[in-house]
Amino acid sequence: MELVVAIAIGVLAGSGVWLLLRPRTFQVIIGLSLISYAVNMFIFSMGRLRTGAPPILEAGSTGDLTQYADPLPQALVLTAIVIGFATTALFLVVLLAARGLTRTDHVDGQERES
Amino acid sequence: MSGWSHLMLLPIVLPLVAGSLMLLFDGVGRWLKAFLNLAATIVLVVVAITLLRVARDSDHSSSVYLLGNWPAPFGIVLVLDQLSALMLVLTSILALTSLVFSLARWHRAGVHFHPLFQFLLMGLNGAFLTGDLFNLFVFFEVLLAASYGLALHGSGVARVKAGLHYIVINLATSFLFLIGVSLIYGVTGTLNMADLAIRIAQVSADDRMLLEAGAAILGIAFLVKAGMWPLSFWLPTTYTAASPPVAAVFAVMSKVGIYIVLRLWLLLFGSGAGESAQFGENWLLYGGLMTMAFGMMGVLSTQNTARLAGFSVLVSSGTLLAAIGLNQVGMTAGALFYLVSSTLTISALFLLIELVERGREMGADMLAVTREAYGEPDDETLEDEEEVGFAIPATMALLGISFLACAVLLAGLPPLSGFIAKFAMLSSIFRPTGLEEPHVISAGNWAFVTLLILSGLSSLIAMTRAGIRSLWAPEDREVPRIRVIEMAPVAVLLLLTATLTLQAGPAMRYMESTAQALYDPAGYIQGVLATPPSQGIPGAAR
Repeated sequence: MELVVAIAIGVLAGSGVWLLLRPRTFQVIIGLSLISYAVNMFIFSMGRLRTGAPPILEAGSTGDLTQYADPLPQALVLTAIVIGFATTALFLVVLLAARGLTRTDHVDGQERES
Repeated sequence: MSGWSHLMLLPIVLPLVAGSLMLLFDGVGRWLKAFLNLAATIVLVVVAITLLRVARDSDHSSSVYLLGNWPAPFGIVLVLDQLSALMLVLTSILALTSLVFSLARWHRAGVHFHPLFQFLLMGLNGAFLTGDLFNLFVFFEVLLAASYGLALHGSGVARVKAGLHYIVINLATSFLFLIGVSLIYGVTGTLNMADLAIRIAQVSADDRMLLEAGAAILGIAFLVKAGMWPLSFWLPTTYTAASPPVAAVFAVMSKVGIYIVLRLWLLLFGSGAGESAQFGENWLLYGGLMTMAFGMMGVLSTQNTARLAGFSVLVSSGTLLAAIGLNQVGMTAGALFYLVSSTLTISALFLLIELVERGREMGADMLAVTREAYGEPDDETLEDEEEVGFAIPATMALLGISFLACAVLLAGLPPLSGFIAKFAMLSSIFRPTGLEEPHVISAGNWAFVTLLILSGLSSLIAMTRAGIRSLWAPEDREVPRIRVIEMAPVAVLLLLTATLTLQAGPAMRYMESTAQALYDPAGYIQGVLATPPSQGIPGAAR
């Protein structure tokens, strides 16, 4: 289980980093989205992967991390997803503004003279 | 302190409420928004100064505010100690001066200047007050999101180009922040800074590598914000392209990274951290030295006067990082004084450069060397004019004096506070305890001394050259039209540095007691973990 998740995180992060370094703004934003998926899965996996142990207490018992999944990383992931969504929307607007003002979708605002 | 303890929440809640209120007046009522912004910022200055006096006079080294009345390791805490109070005061003063400057005309350049400004202040104040790592991330994102909007304020090709890079780099940095925080949580099981300080010493040897990796990744996120050398190429471009009042507020944003590095490094990796004590100390020192060198070269080589201020930010960040890496109490006290002095200076410089550059044509700042290289002859013929005592317009005189003051402050020459700051740092190297004690000075210390003095020299050269080209040489230039509301903030900031010089005694005592408290984190940790939840609230834990 951990191996699958780790490989998934690695593939997403690697693809995201490669796309982040590309010269077109659309590639950059897709790269940022892939990195956000990888990072969110990473935060979630810090709570240790476990099946069949939802973080819901039975009445009258105190929580014990050996019996239940850790709810804190799940809350962290939700926060990170929301923040990532907002910043992606903001970056999309700036991407469109840059395309309009500089007439090109190159990240530097002008094509490389080569 | 029980009734007053809620005052600690005001620097976060007031900008939030004020900013949200402004969003209700969409479009119409720009002056209403400006008035709300000004009122809220003035209240923030008053509150910050009150909190500073509370922190200075309190018996405990830190005051703690439990959010939601949850006791410390479970709930999020706000901590007010002398360092956070100092940063709150600095932020609010810079915000007030930048805001007043913008009311002349810059706030009209875009639609959402005032709400974004308040949300930026909310993020800054929250980042300085919080005692929880993930809450720090949230406040960082609030301040970054507001700064994206403010960096683009006024639009135009240059700003949007710089803003695009700024946003991408900071988004990638936020991901690094998240990875570091989650690694630290995965190893230690807590996000509360004080609780973390205790648990780091107890981490087993197998997990220690993961913990240090997480801390290093987290550190990179802050160092990008602070502007350490290989991570700082975005900074001069973005700060130059931003509109001047925004750049003046951004001067304190780079200090957020420095503040967090100082706070977390001394708290988590101080002498009580077991195997991980002083983790990354050399990286901070060498990174700081490289940043100083890079900033120095940038300051000397820039052909655009506005970029000079951007590179000065790098020089000041590098000095602070290297001073933190040298890891001595006296040095940290001097570094805190330097932080206040240089941030006030750079903020004034951003505003002043805009005033000075008004009405000059593009390319007027080109160095004479560049002009010759491109084949244009130097067209300033030195005529032997018999001009004795020609009248200087008052505007030019004021601008000239302010520019001179900024040059003196950046270079660290007497009589202004830049000199006292550098002197404090140098004297802590050469004479830490007493005049008679023999003392070995390490190579790192010598490198820091050399770069500190050389960076002052390079700032002096660059600033005088810029001043001669812009203000003091008798070339034909039209006198810029400047309103009092634009000159007043610059004058206030420079007068504050003069006040810092006159009151250097009390100021240095404050910095020294702050540094002492930072190097003895037991007070902070005890304060946070031992604060009981308030009784007398329905449903409160007994």
